[in-house]
Amino acid sequence: MEEKQPKFEEALSELENIIAELEGGELSLDDSLERYERGIKALNACRRILGEAEKKIQLLLRTPDGELKTQPFEAEEIMREPEREKEGDEDVPF
Amino acid sequence: MTDQDAPDLFSWRPRRGGRDEDRRPEPRRSPAAGRGADEREILTVSEITARIRKDLETNFQGVWVAGEISNLSRPNSGHTYFTLKDDKAQLAAVLWKSAARGVRFELREGLAVLAHGDVTVYPPRGAYQIVVSRILPQGMGALQLALLQLKDRLEKEGLFDPGHKRPLPPLPRRIGIVTSPSGAAIRDILKQVSRRFPGVEILLYPASVQGVRAVPEIVAGIHALNEYGGVDVMIVGRGGGSLEDLWAFNDEAVARAVYASTVPVISAVGHEIDVTISDLVADVRALTPTAAGEMVVPDRAELLRHLARLQDRLRGLLVHHVSVARERLRAVEQASVLRRPLQAIRMQQQHLDEHRADLRRMAASWLAALRERTKSSAARLESLSPLKVLARGYSITFRPDGAIARGVGDLAPGDVVRTLLSRGSFTATVKETTHENGRKAAEV
Repeated sequence: MEEKQPKFEEALSELENIIAELEGGELSLDDSLERYERGIKALNACRRILGEAEKKIQLLLRTPDGELKTQPFEAEEIMREPEREKEGDEDVPF
Repeated sequence: MTDQDAPDLFSWRPRRGGRDEDRRPEPRRSPAAGRGADEREILTVSEITARIRKDLETNFQGVWVAGEISNLSRPNSGHTYFTLKDDKAQLAAVLWKSAARGVRFELREGLAVLAHGDVTVYPPRGAYQIVVSRILPQGMGALQLALLQLKDRLEKEGLFDPGHKRPLPPLPRRIGIVTSPSGAAIRDILKQVSRRFPGVEILLYPASVQGVRAVPEIVAGIHALNEYGGVDVMIVGRGGGSLEDLWAFNDEAVARAVYASTVPVISAVGHEIDVTISDLVADVRALTPTAAGEMVVPDRAELLRHLARLQDRLRGLLVHHVSVARERLRAVEQASVLRRPLQAIRMQQQHLDEHRADLRRMAASWLAALRERTKSSAARLESLSPLKVLARGYSITFRPDGAIARGVGDLAPGDVVRTLLSRGSFTATVKETTHENGRKAAEV
């Protein structure tokens, strides 16, 4: 279930490397164009990864027979609740 | 008494345990050389003090001492001097100014404290004392001491080792959280995460964060998130609370679960309190759950702005490269060989033309000279021509065999000869021949 897409940091660092290469100024025009195309691809990959919004918040639970399962977690409810759980405020003396 | 005398003086003494039987007497050693009492030595006060000091300072490093404060004195130096005592003994104590700054309660006469430090000897007074590095009111008692001891132990074991800490992933796809599903912590975390990076996947393992179920549930949560797979980072924590409330996060089992986690862990416990042990073990400590929510994901809007800046740079660099290339092309175009490609050829042609003219000139003058020479030769030739001679009245006579008759001797009477003279010839028969001397040679 783990799809292997390029990771954001990989795509970003490729983009940054390409920019560094272009800044180095040692490239031929053909190479520059090739780097530019790759840079745009990496850039698009970064944007695509940033755009993946699944908006999933799930509870991870272990069933009595030891299996892990997930179930939806209703975050809205607790997000609205302004009252904080009772948690002590007292400082400790050290 | 000399050094050599000293051993002999005591050589009569009975020896203990026979260990020294085969030991030959040796000169007094300096205090620095070797430890342990050699009964044959005589030590100066300084020497024995140095040995005592070494023993004490080796064996009483980092000790915890429980006692009551008395004789408290705080001179202007800022150092604090006092005596720790119980009902049977007392121990001089000093708290240097630097360590005193870390003490968060007031030292008073009669206060029961736990002091942590190293025992040292103060040679000028022949006194030993404890140099206190940490001091706690004993009111917190056993819990506090146990915590400190656990902390020391885990630290020695390397659980807080910075080398073990991993960096957080820059962009986690799946975030695990171990905390109470109804606490302030989850709300604070989710608020920050959804503000900064809406839509990232979150797995919440619900765990009690205080009370007897807290430790096993937190440990189970850390394990479950490791086992589930694909979790890039996890936050383990709760909101602030009293020391007792936070106790689970000072538990050894939790510390070990955090240490063993292959998923990087952000510890986010309270904010009003000293560092918990899980804070120390975790890869990253967040001061609050809110801070954990901020550090666990990047700000997407900021990332997008960063990407836009990178895109601008990328485009700018390409434009730059193209314009550099264009500039080079233009420079090449400007080169005369391309601008006037025929120039070189024309120059060669011109050169050639010049040579050709020279050549023509030379040929002409040579021809003229030649012509001149030919002309004079012709004149000379003409003057020598036999025809010219014939015109002057001479004639040439050929013998019948065609040879030129060069003298009268070549002819005989009766010969048919041909005579060549100007404008023609005639044929005749020799009647007679006459020599120059008048003698009749022949009759024609």
